[in-house]
Amino acid sequence: MSSATKYTRGHATFNVISKAILAGFATACLLPFILMIIGSFTDNTTVLVNGYSLFPEKWSLAAYELIFKYPKQVIDAYKVTIFVTTVGTAIALTITTISGYALSRPTFRSRNRIALYLYFPSLFGGGLIPWYIMMTQVLKLSDSIWALIIPSLVSTYNIFLVRNFIRTSVPLELFESAKIDGAGELRTFGQIILPLITPVTATVGLFIALGYWNDWFLSNLFITTSSKYSLQYYLYNMLNSSKALQELKAISGDISIEIDLPSETAKLAMAVVATGPIIMLYPFVQRYFVRGLVIGSVKG
Amino acid sequence: MANIPAAQGKNTLKRRRIMSDLRYDLKHNKTLLLMVFPSILYLFVLSYLPMVGIYYAFTNYNYQGGLFGSPFVGLANFKFLFASGTAWKLTFNTVFYNLIFIFGGTALRIAIAIMLSEIIGNIFRKVTQTIIFLPHFVSMVLVGVFAYNLMNYETGLLNNIITSLGGERFDFYGTPWIWRLIIPAVEFWKSTGYGTIIYLAAILGISEEIYEAAIIDGVTFMQKIRYITLPSLKPTFTILLLMSLGGIIRGQFDLFYQLIGNNGLLFGTTDIIDTYVYRVLRVSPNIGMGSAVGLYQSVIGALMVLGSNYLIRKLEPENALF
Repeated sequence: MSSATKYTRGHATFNVISKAILAGFATACLLPFILMIIGSFTDNTTVLVNGYSLFPEKWSLAAYELIFKYPKQVIDAYKVTIFVTTVGTAIALTITTISGYALSRPTFRSRNRIALYLYFPSLFGGGLIPWYIMMTQVLKLSDSIWALIIPSLVSTYNIFLVRNFIRTSVPLELFESAKIDGAGELRTFGQIILPLITPVTATVGLFIALGYWNDWFLSNLFITTSSKYSLQYYLYNMLNSSKALQELKAISGDISIEIDLPSETAKLAMAVVATGPIIMLYPFVQRYFVRGLVIGSVKG
Repeated sequence: MANIPAAQGKNTLKRRRIMSDLRYDLKHNKTLLLMVFPSILYLFVLSYLPMVGIYYAFTNYNYQGGLFGSPFVGLANFKFLFASGTAWKLTFNTVFYNLIFIFGGTALRIAIAIMLSEIIGNIFRKVTQTIIFLPHFVSMVLVGVFAYNLMNYETGLLNNIITSLGGERFDFYGTPWIWRLIIPAVEFWKSTGYGTIIYLAAILGISEEIYEAAIIDGVTFMQKIRYITLPSLKPTFTILLLMSLGGIIRGQFDLFYQLIGNNGLLFGTTDIIDTYVYRVLRVSPNIGMGSAVGLYQSVIGALMVLGSNYLIRKLEPENALF
């Protein structure tokens, strides 16, 4: 643990073996990403003839040229995902923090009953099908971009994270003195508490944003117009349309179907384009996720 | 008999307290009620109202009839699901994979957390941690892409390696049994790094003095791990274990759907409740049957959570959910 202690022989052996195992596991975690990036820069014919490889015979930028030749669809998908992620995260974070704040107040007598009401649906519910019918037939959200935002707006778990954080880290005297100074609950929340709980808002905000960015399922369920596909679903669709076309081609023997088939490498280039921002941001946001888990594991 | 009036009295008393608290809050905590109102309304519309749809499970649903116009069939959907073996198969697969995820995953997480905390060299530790944490951040769609790149018959990297070593191509997407190994491997790949953090935090929380005292007493390195580190992780381990056992009937739809999709050849070993319900909704609509499976899952799921919470409350009361 501390580097000042002298290492025993057992520790030294353990160190060597551990490093070997950890290096192996880390390589396994990283390898698919490297394969994706190399694959996207490989010549398509090389892939079809030799398969994917870490050391391709022939490099090429054709996959990226292909995607950006008609960039409208990719740009549309990016726009949808950016809109959904920013607007969704902003609304969700607002609802989450104000709810968490209200539930943290000891003077709020109904707080525990409301907390139970918020928790119960995580325990028991109607399941996917009644929810889907609610979304499509009652709320009429089919093919609406709001169908990508609304389902993730309220998470009881996140509300409880905020509530517990306020309970454990904000001293009660602060509320008292705010009250004496004549601040109402909204002002106390906005001007005093909110600046104090940035660690938890940053973490919860990133949880929510990552969920929106990576979502493909809601597009799959609700969206029919392809210009409203989210980025991940656009990628998913590209993969599966080419899989489906390959099967069709195999069955019908009709080679002319090939015209619209995205090449193997184009799929990987698209995967790089869809994942790039996450990987770029990852080193900066990683610590907030670590903190989130630690906050979550300490119950207030 | 004498108990009944007393119980009734207790109930009315309780109800009166709820109402008086609510009246108090309406008078003195209007803002707080208003602040939590969006969440209350949201869950009312999107979680509580759809519970009415549980009734679908007892109907032979059709779109003309709608919720209350479709013929009521009682328990027929459930009878069919269990008699045809579908429910058993789905339950088995769901629980089977979750057990592997829970026990295999936990063992891996603890092992890696201990290694990370004991290795010498901060840079190595930092870099490793950053890399193994990365898979948690990418979407399941990308995981599906990765799996396909590695394992598809014609161009997959694994098949390239096999053929270059002189072997025969292996048809991963046509071999059901192999997915009982692949799916856990993918799940471990994606979630081990993230899951390690909580154990790492627990290890860092162990008092340095205990270790120092042990070293003075002359314990060896492996004895230290065995008798100090591992026992200190027991509370964290127990809580997380019980919590995940509470979710044992709930499957990871994303993971299974992105790896298997609608490849019917593999359903025998890979179909879980969640993928089945999805297909019943989207691919071959049968609302009544799908709702029945969903209800079955929800009831068992709730019982499992209640059971696990009961155990947590007995063992570590301060960690109980309620």
